[in-house]
Amino acid sequence: MLFAMLVAFGTLAVLLVDTLITGWPELDRQLFSGPPSTVPEEAGARPAILATLYLGLIVLLLSVPIGVLTAIYLEEYADRERWWNRAIEVNIQNLAAVPSIVYGILGLAFIVRGIGVGRVVLAGGLILTLVVLPTVVVASREAIRAVPDSIRQGAFALGATKWQVVWRQVLPASIPGMATGSILALSRAVGETAPLIMVGAIVYVAFDPTLFGSYTALPVQIYNWTKQPDPTFQTLAAAGAIVLLTIVLGMNAVAIFLRNRYRRQW
Amino acid sequence: MTSTEALGPALALPRKRIRPGELVVRAILFLAAAISVLTTLGIVVSLLLPAVEFFREVSPWEFLTGTTWAPLFEPAHFGVVPLVVGTLMISFWSALVAFPLGVGVAIYLSEYARPRVTAALKPILEILAAIPTVVLGYFALTFVTPLLRDVGLQVEIFNALAASLVLGVMLIPTVASLSEDAMAAVPRDLRDGGYALGADKLQVSTRIVVPAAVSGIIAAFVLAFSRAVGETMIVLIAAGQLPQITFDPRETIETMTAFIGATGNGDVPTGSIEYKTIFAVGLTLFVITLVMNLVSIRLVRRFREVYE
Repeated sequence: MLFAMLVAFGTLAVLLVDTLITGWPELDRQLFSGPPSTVPEEAGARPAILATLYLGLIVLLLSVPIGVLTAIYLEEYADRERWWNRAIEVNIQNLAAVPSIVYGILGLAFIVRGIGVGRVVLAGGLILTLVVLPTVVVASREAIRAVPDSIRQGAFALGATKWQVVWRQVLPASIPGMATGSILALSRAVGETAPLIMVGAIVYVAFDPTLFGSYTALPVQIYNWTKQPDPTFQTLAAAGAIVLLTIVLGMNAVAIFLRNRYRRQW
Repeated sequence: MTSTEALGPALALPRKRIRPGELVVRAILFLAAAISVLTTLGIVVSLLLPAVEFFREVSPWEFLTGTTWAPLFEPAHFGVVPLVVGTLMISFWSALVAFPLGVGVAIYLSEYARPRVTAALKPILEILAAIPTVVLGYFALTFVTPLLRDVGLQVEIFNALAASLVLGVMLIPTVASLSEDAMAAVPRDLRDGGYALGADKLQVSTRIVVPAAVSGIIAAFVLAFSRAVGETMIVLIAAGQLPQITFDPRETIETMTAFIGATGNGDVPTGSIEYKTIFAVGLTLFVITLVMNLVSIRLVRRFREVYE
């Protein structure tokens, strides 16, 4: 058992330290201000970092409302006896375990080629939204379920309508749980690489991204640097990994803090 | 109804009137929930249509039984077996790492560690689970593979072993957290009964708690295995792109996911056979993970021990 703990935590520690040591020399202003380049000494990741922030924003704006509304429907409104409601539940369970690269295929077929949006930031954001949506739904449902029924009944007794009960009682009480789940889902979206490769985050983008423009995201940039034979690119990959890890682990820390701070016993 | 009527009109509750606003809300909520169903439909349709076209050109029999995967060569071969074998080998070795270690971590957290220690360690496990897979792949390639060579293993630069080891460690939190949930649900009485019979802590943990929680643990295994099958970045970066049938983890291989990632990467012309292979392999991958998922859900239902 202690060996098991040691392997898990030891690997994590070695990974963090190794990445930090390897990437440190390239973790300079060039990385944050420069565009990618074939000359490793001049290469930066500014467009990639910006695009990753844009993607995160799109995912946040889309997945949280849709996820929370779905959770409200399933927990507060849906009649479990109806087959279509059970189908929605099983469907979400399954979606949560679909490999993310399969979402990439969906994006390639529908959003990029089908609708003809092309390989743009918005397409990437839409696909990442679908990837993390089940996570947001599951977390929000748990948060809603944790609100005791007595609160709902109290509100009904005062003459509130169903939606008033949900909007003014259930939702405020479950916000900490939903926020934690959403931040964790967002951090997953930010670190996701495989679907973005499929929906065409291209390699050398020398300009800042726009919503309908070509882009490359930070994880994809790291992947591309990893593939280069020149060892300086390997160092760059590690430097990019430090930036990505900082963003992702920072979000996780916020989520864990929120969860501990607002944990409530009814 | 009759009881309210009996009370007389003055005391009867007003008839339930459905407010139009509530109906609108209901419709919006249902639409949001329908998005997930549309996603599934979208996935199935987007996989099936090009895959059907693919199977018009390549017979399904050749695809499923062929032992050479060379879609871009002349003459082209479309046997998916090497990719499936590569995927299974990666999953097997990572399972070998993740299953025992994950259960070990779960036993420690659930049975041995004090509550404060558990509370401190769990977030660290979550952080391990949150590391982006592209970083893990980079780590496997630039740290684990050289390390394996240093200890005297003759591994290729791209090899299945390094990828599997890192993937296995990545899956420890998945196995551990689900197993721990299952162990936490085992009632205290069972443990106390064991102690009353003179068992020590290790015996209680391994012979009472683990068997009692076995349905949850198996579900954790199946879920972790299905994650291993679907994992892309680690294998794409560290295990290589050489489709071959081998059971030697020191060799370079290619998995289904790595093929999709590597091929979908470039500007594949729509409608070409190359483009269609992505969907054929994707469909195979989707079906495999879907079946494992349904098995996992079924297993949990069938073997669930219900305690009061």
